[in-house]
Amino acid sequence: MSDFIGYLLTGLGIGAGYALVASGLVAIYRVTRVVNFAQGAFAVVAAMLTASLLGAGLPHGLAELAAVLTAALAGLLVGAVAIGRPGTTPGTSLIVTLGLAVFAYAVEIVIWGDQPRSFPGLPGVAVVGGARLQAHYLLILGVTVPVFVAMAAFFARTDLGKALSACASNPYAARVVGIDTRRMGLFAFALGGALGGLAGVLTTPVQQVTFDSDVTLIVNGLAAAVLGALTRPVVALAGGLLLGVAQTMIAGYGAGAYQLEVALVLMLTAMIVQAARRGAVPEMAR
Amino acid sequence: MNAVEVTGLTVRYSGATALDGVDLHVGEGELVALIGPNGAGKSTLVKALSGLVRPAAGQVTVRGRLAQVPEGREMFGDLSVDDNLRLGGWRNGRHGRDTTEIYRLLPGLDGLRRNRAGLLSGGQQQMVAIGRALMARPDVLVVDELSLGLAPLVVTELVGHLRTLNAERGLAVLLIEQNARLALGLCRRAYVLEAGRVVLHGPAGDLARDPRVTAAYLGGDVTAEGPAR
Repeated sequence: MSDFIGYLLTGLGIGAGYALVASGLVAIYRVTRVVNFAQGAFAVVAAMLTASLLGAGLPHGLAELAAVLTAALAGLLVGAVAIGRPGTTPGTSLIVTLGLAVFAYAVEIVIWGDQPRSFPGLPGVAVVGGARLQAHYLLILGVTVPVFVAMAAFFARTDLGKALSACASNPYAARVVGIDTRRMGLFAFALGGALGGLAGVLTTPVQQVTFDSDVTLIVNGLAAAVLGALTRPVVALAGGLLLGVAQTMIAGYGAGAYQLEVALVLMLTAMIVQAARRGAVPEMAR
Repeated sequence: MNAVEVTGLTVRYSGATALDGVDLHVGEGELVALIGPNGAGKSTLVKALSGLVRPAAGQVTVRGRLAQVPEGREMFGDLSVDDNLRLGGWRNGRHGRDTTEIYRLLPGLDGLRRNRAGLLSGGQQQMVAIGRALMARPDVLVVDELSLGLAPLVVTELVGHLRTLNAERGLAVLLIEQNARLALGLCRRAYVLEAGRVVLHGPAGDLARDPRVTAAYLGGDVTAEGPAR
């Protein structure tokens, strides 16, 4: 039983990272209809930067905050390149983000090298229901849950959140009432950058990061996001947590780690089911 | 002084000419109809008036504020009626989003505040679209296909609202309609747009009796059974 609780909490912690990446994908996709393949790079950049800043003597909290803000800026830049030019189709923008994700490798290797990096998180061991796990997993959950609550409140209560939802719901009508849809798209990219950055900053103390860690993050994040047809943040959250838990359980009780396989199977199943139900997959490819 | 002044407006889409030297005006507080067949360029004109397409030539001058009730109603389908209305006031900033006045003007919406706009009937959605446009506090309302797909009773109610808004608040209306009978019955002046050009214009009553209009748009004499004024 204590094993189970341990795997569950560890899985939720890892899944929270996926959920943050997924919600960033959803935030961008809803407003711009662009699947942002550079989403994992935001996490890597933020994680690497945090390691450097902590190494330079910046205190915890400040270093992480600076890294998340930098990731938001990176998101804005990716958005500017991907959707900045009027008339760019979502399909073209998708390819641009893919290119930028690869370009990010070069930047990361030049700045930080190609060796894995990590930094200490919340120290100590927590005991929950007889299970012992790194206390940092609880910190991940303790940050992710309020972030999701704040996001829900942002979209449901604020004018800016409503305007973003309006762009997602009907971009033409949004332009008719005078909302600048491209600016909203750029804002969504910045938000996506911050969420990706947060994922990197939170999970790196328990999973060291290399320049190509974005592949794991984007595959898992995309799997979680696709569960909600890339448009439903709550489903993306649930999907991310489910993935994390499933992978940890399989690794814990089974023979080895099948992280990517689990994610890919889940994504494929979700896409097939959705395609059969209402053609969500063709819309994504458009 | 005119609320809307369009001179020599030409709009092209990748080579194809959608509007070709259109002259049109809407006086302050005036009700003006624009009729014409499918593909005549009516919706392009609406987009040009709202600044959503850039003219290749000519000028669009709008005095005061122009708001649009778009063709097909274009709801924010998964948002509530109240949110749809509030978003209509987006240009007015935070303080311009008080919806009280709209519910007073369009009491039919009052009971639907929390309903998702996408699940409303066509007539209710058209009412939301009008309310959303009114939230911009316009001097001119451009209504693109008011009656399309709506039951006659619903259309009568909507026309009543437009009449009231025009009479009580001096709101100028440019009504773009396929239903020529309705448009000529409501408005005092009208334009006929065909293949991107204004082919006829004048007092609505005259156009309703013009044989070219009756033959093409009215299927007979309108004066005998036009909507009551």
